[in-house]
Amino acid sequence: MESGETRYSESHEWIRAQNGAATVGITSYAAEQLGDVVFVELPRVGKRFAKGGQVAVVESVKAASEIYAPVDGEVTETNSALSAAPAKVNADPEGAGWFFRMKLMEGAQLGALMTKDQYTEFVKGL
Amino acid sequence: MSVPPPSPQLKRTPLHALHVALGAKMVPFAGYEMPEQYPAGIIKEHLHTREHAGLFDVSYMGQAMLSGGDPARALERLTPADLVGLRDGQMRYALLLNDSGGIKDDFMAARLPNERALFLIVNAATRDADFAFIAERSKGSAQLLPQSRALLALQGPKAEAVLARHAKGVENLGFMKIGRVTVAGAPAILSRSGYTGEDGFEISLEEADAERVARALLGENEVLPIGLGARDSLRLEAGLCLYGHDIDETTSPIAAGLSWTIGKRRKLAADFPAAELLMTELFQGTKRKRVGLRLHDKILACEGGKIVDANGKAIGRVTSGGFGPSVGAPIAMGYVDVAFAADGTELSLMVRDAACVATVVPMPFVPHRYKKSQGR
Repeated sequence: MESGETRYSESHEWIRAQNGAATVGITSYAAEQLGDVVFVELPRVGKRFAKGGQVAVVESVKAASEIYAPVDGEVTETNSALSAAPAKVNADPEGAGWFFRMKLMEGAQLGALMTKDQYTEFVKGL
Repeated sequence: MSVPPPSPQLKRTPLHALHVALGAKMVPFAGYEMPEQYPAGIIKEHLHTREHAGLFDVSYMGQAMLSGGDPARALERLTPADLVGLRDGQMRYALLLNDSGGIKDDFMAARLPNERALFLIVNAATRDADFAFIAERSKGSAQLLPQSRALLALQGPKAEAVLARHAKGVENLGFMKIGRVTVAGAPAILSRSGYTGEDGFEISLEEADAERVARALLGENEVLPIGLGARDSLRLEAGLCLYGHDIDETTSPIAAGLSWTIGKRRKLAADFPAAELLMTELFQGTKRKRVGLRLHDKILACEGGKIVDANGKAIGRVTSGGFGPSVGAPIAMGYVDVAFAADGTELSLMVRDAACVATVVPMPFVPHRYKKSQGR
């Protein structure tokens, strides 16, 4: 896969990797399903997790949802702007509404995630 | 995150096509397909209602006329409200009780000017059971006639100004007053009431007129359509109970803080269901009480969550919770042991296995702004 390409998980996270580091957030589809986001509980920097592990919690006016790690990694940075402005998740979920950055442990895992086209198809089937 | 599965066959209100045209996100609610939110989103819809005006489709509510020689007296056998004392054009919030004093439903009862029948509005989920119960228990003395009508609610500080452009005399209709009025050319039963804590109106219409009246009101600059999401956050901030959540068949009206719905005359006569028990509770207190809760952390409490004391001992349960857009913080209501019910008491709510500190606070969370009638 190309550097900088965005990949998608079945649990509606996106991940964009470049040079062994990656940014993670939730998809536009997920943000729309959640409705207005009011709180985001972000992980600690340095926290390690395995693919599928719970990394963050996003709470909307409707529901609390867990955010899972799309691949193995270690948190290097979190989007602290979200604590004051959680609405960024709704306004720009795949841009300014990113959740955290991580160091990748196993780059090959990315290839197993869906491409944008595959994810679009996947969402259509829901 | 996970996404809920689609739902089975659902009923539609006369405004269904309008909701879809407005871009609503439709969800199942009490057997109906209803708008959860419109494109503005729950927070904007909520704040808009508090600042301007919002239009709600509440046509899922059950409406009926109770006719007969003395329908108020007949219905008083099932509620502790003073219905016989209802004056012409007056509406009252009342509780329908089962024989053990539990709450079968909360409803509105009104006496339309110069009409003998009582106009009733009950909850959607309980409608069929309520109507069967009332019909059976008042057999011989009153007759229940369910009405297939639409119901709109126009709520917010601009509601009066907006409605005045489409109906005469709305300025003179005081809080909890009701009458037959023409709204945008359609015959309506109009009451000054609602479920948001704001001033506002509820407009009962013939189904065929509903969309036209809704479009006329939505055509006003101050008005946005409001979905169920904001309806819930508005009523929670207003400290109002949601049937099936904050009150149900196992709830005592006294524990729920609804003893004010028991009429003075009814207290003296003690002639309502489970009167002895409820009067004892009224004087001696109940084990638990409904309270408002402010969470200290940025975390939302959900219905069913356990409430614990400093030692982790269970002392109650959350019955409604969420984010209060006007409060700007997470709020909840629930029942706690009376020892913990005083304002200012600190306790903890269990959210996802973590104890989150909360304080008992007075309700409403946001002050009511009803238009109280002058003089009377």
